[in-house]
Amino acid sequence: MANDVWVYIEHKEGAVSPMSFELLGIGKQLAEGFGSNLCAFVIGAQVDDLAKEAGTYGASKVYAVEGDVFKDFRGEAYAKAAAALLEKYKPEIALFRATVMGTDVAAAAAAQLGFGLCTDTIGLAIDGGKVKMTRAAFGGNYSVSVVNEKAAPQIATVRPKAFAMPEKGAGSAEVVKESVAVSDADLATKVVEFIKSATSVNLVEADIIVSGGRGLGNDQGFAMLKELADLLGGAVGASRAAVDSEWIPYEHQVGQTGKTVKPKIYIACGISGAIQHLAGMRTSDCIVAINKDPDAPIFKAASFGIVGDYKDIVPKMIEKFKAKLNK
Amino acid sequence: MKIAVCLKQVPDTEAEIKWDIPKGALSRDGMDCITNPFDEFALEEALLTKENYDGEIVAVSMGPEGAKDVLRNALALTVDQVALCTDDAFAGSDTYATAYVLASAIKKVGDVDVVFCGKQSTDGNTGVVGAELAAILGFSQLTQVSKVRSVDAGGKKIVVERAIEGGIEVVEAKLPAVVSVIKGINEPRLPNLMGIRKASKMDIPQWSAGDLGVDTGKVGTAGASTKVVEIAVPPPRGAGEILKGEIEEIANTITDKLIDLKVIK
Ligand SMILES: Cc1cc2nc3c(=O)[nH]c(=O)nc-3n(C[C@H](O)[C@H](O)[C@H](O)COP(=O)(O)OP(=O)(O)OC[C@H]3O[C@@H](n4cnc5c(N)ncnc54)[C@H](O)[C@@H]3O)c2cc1C
Ligand SMILES: Cc1cc2nc3c(=O)[nH]c(=O)nc-3n(C[C@H](O)[C@H](O)[C@H](O)COP(=O)(O)OP(=O)(O)OC[C@H]3O[C@@H](n4cnc5c(N)ncnc54)[C@H](O)[C@@H]3O)c2cc1C
Repeated sequence: MANDVWVYIEHKEGAVSPMSFELLGIGKQLAEGFGSNLCAFVIGAQVDDLAKEAGTYGASKVYAVEGDVFKDFRGEAYAKAAAALLEKYKPEIALFRATVMGTDVAAAAAAQLGFGLCTDTIGLAIDGGKVKMTRAAFGGNYSVSVVNEKAAPQIATVRPKAFAMPEKGAGSAEVVKESVAVSDADLATKVVEFIKSATSVNLVEADIIVSGGRGLGNDQGFAMLKELADLLGGAVGASRAAVDSEWIPYEHQVGQTGKTVKPKIYIACGISGAIQHLAGMRTSDCIVAINKDPDAPIFKAASFGIVGDYKDIVPKMIEKFKAKLNK
Repeated sequence: MKIAVCLKQVPDTEAEIKWDIPKGALSRDGMDCITNPFDEFALEEALLTKENYDGEIVAVSMGPEGAKDVLRNALALTVDQVALCTDDAFAGSDTYATAYVLASAIKKVGDVDVVFCGKQSTDGNTGVVGAELAAILGFSQLTQVSKVRSVDAGGKKIVVERAIEGGIEVVEAKLPAVVSVIKGINEPRLPNLMGIRKASKMDIPQWSAGDLGVDTGKVGTAGASTKVVEIAVPPPRGAGEILKGEIEEIANTITDKLIDLKVIK
């Protein structure tokens, strides 16, 4: 229906985390603003459970496309299915998570429909009957709002954690099964293998990140940060300088040319706070900066600043946390 | 093998950003510009592919006249052919329009087996042009590529590794393909003096909307469907608190404050 708000439910071979449903929260607000329905859509080999779960997070209708061809995640197959649904129902806006998978589907679907999209969106608000989509530009020094004036639906990929998780309730959704003609013969890609990362860093989803920079001095510093991160149930991040020094792999890099993160707590150790690093973490809820230089720019972005050597402070923090958290 | 590479010119991140507010676009006059850092990896991958499998490389860019510089740099690195897609009608394009113009250029080049792009630009920063380009051309869409394992132009097949959430996905795809590469896939080389000197004298062909057969109703400020409606400076983060005292005391305070946030389980 026109004006409906659609949220794409992301999964990996049927497996979801609660985060897969996070956009149903902002989706609900928008649907209420339009007086329309909040719908979810999901594509996969078997999606009944996902569809049901979307109902508990507030979707009133779930459009489901099933088929063996969707067993592995393949952007092109998923995008074909997504584009077909969006073309058929023309909702007001379709929201995807700004993850690798979400972006693959959203970008290709938008291109198949023939228009642009807003990526890594951090603000969504109804303005003049359309959703105004806001994204950060130039390291977060500016924000830019875009509207797709010509086409329906508008498409946005939304930065993980930019909006609050919806409450899980007792709701249930009507499931509408859709069939879309996508066959293996139409597809040009095949997943040969998935090599699970040994470190399995999921920086983007982490609520707590302990990050290190050149100031750590060597890779041993990261062992110390890892101890703190593990204690807090968090992940380890890094500045580019630390990655370039080969103290830690690139997948840990935060910043303009690394990952954009928005944890609840970001602890920056030995990081100066260059604009390109800030670009990736400045919207974190609480930033703690530990740096021996009182003039380091990171302190301007920090909620709490500690001037000193991380080698003195981090072990003390570990000691105190252990005592206070009974670990 | 015919290899294409898409190179975007972007303002140097150190440069002061100037906006053309009425147009909702960047004003690129007088800004120091560089090749988009991710595109240096794309260019290097194109050069490596050529060296490993033989072939020719065509570098394309869409942008104003000044974007010639990025193509000249590519020529200095021994790219075989370059083309600058430039037309007043292109100014203010959205991602779809950009991908559409680049797709038209790839079609004009003809018989391209593989197109290399960067993961994202450092100015527009959307990270979707590669995927859109693949969708428009009907080429295989390979994003987030951290390694190209093999390219077989005869067998029309490419095998790549993609860095996705939680690990590395190995994908085999039919050629032609659009491959968007991430940082770390290779070590971009620098041009040598001789290359630079040679490139400085070379002519950079320019392709207009007419040359490309582009429908101007779909591009530029007028045609693009996605419009920038507002540019704002977000409020600065409130000034934080510097914790003072002995290390013992600081560690006590900070751990209390963090525990109070009720995030740590
Ligand atoms: C196009 C481009 C893209 C970029 N992308 C990124 C990106 O994605 N991510 C990124 O991080 N950077 C990026 N950079 C690099 C960025 O400009 C900085 O160079 C980088 O962030 C610096 O890393 P750093 O803070 O670890 O190192 P430095 O700037 O060298 O800072 C080290 C800090 O550690 C402090 N220190 C030293 N010893 C100690 C100690 N014992 N205890 C406590 N503090 C100590 C010092 O006072 C100093 O402030 C990019 C740059 C460019 C040009
Ligand atoms: C601050 C800002 C915000 C914007 N927001 C949006 C938005 O939300 N939605 C939207 O549709 N448009 C947006 N635009 C416009 C968009 O940036 C342009 O259309 C741009 O030409 C292409 O997008 P990109 O720079 O984000 O490319 P990306 O998708 O980030 O680039 C990926 C790769 O594509 C290739 N490539 C991209 N552009 C070119 C080029 N001109 N020439 C050669 N190769 C290229 C490069 O290999 C590059 O590494 C925005 C522009 C600015 C300045």
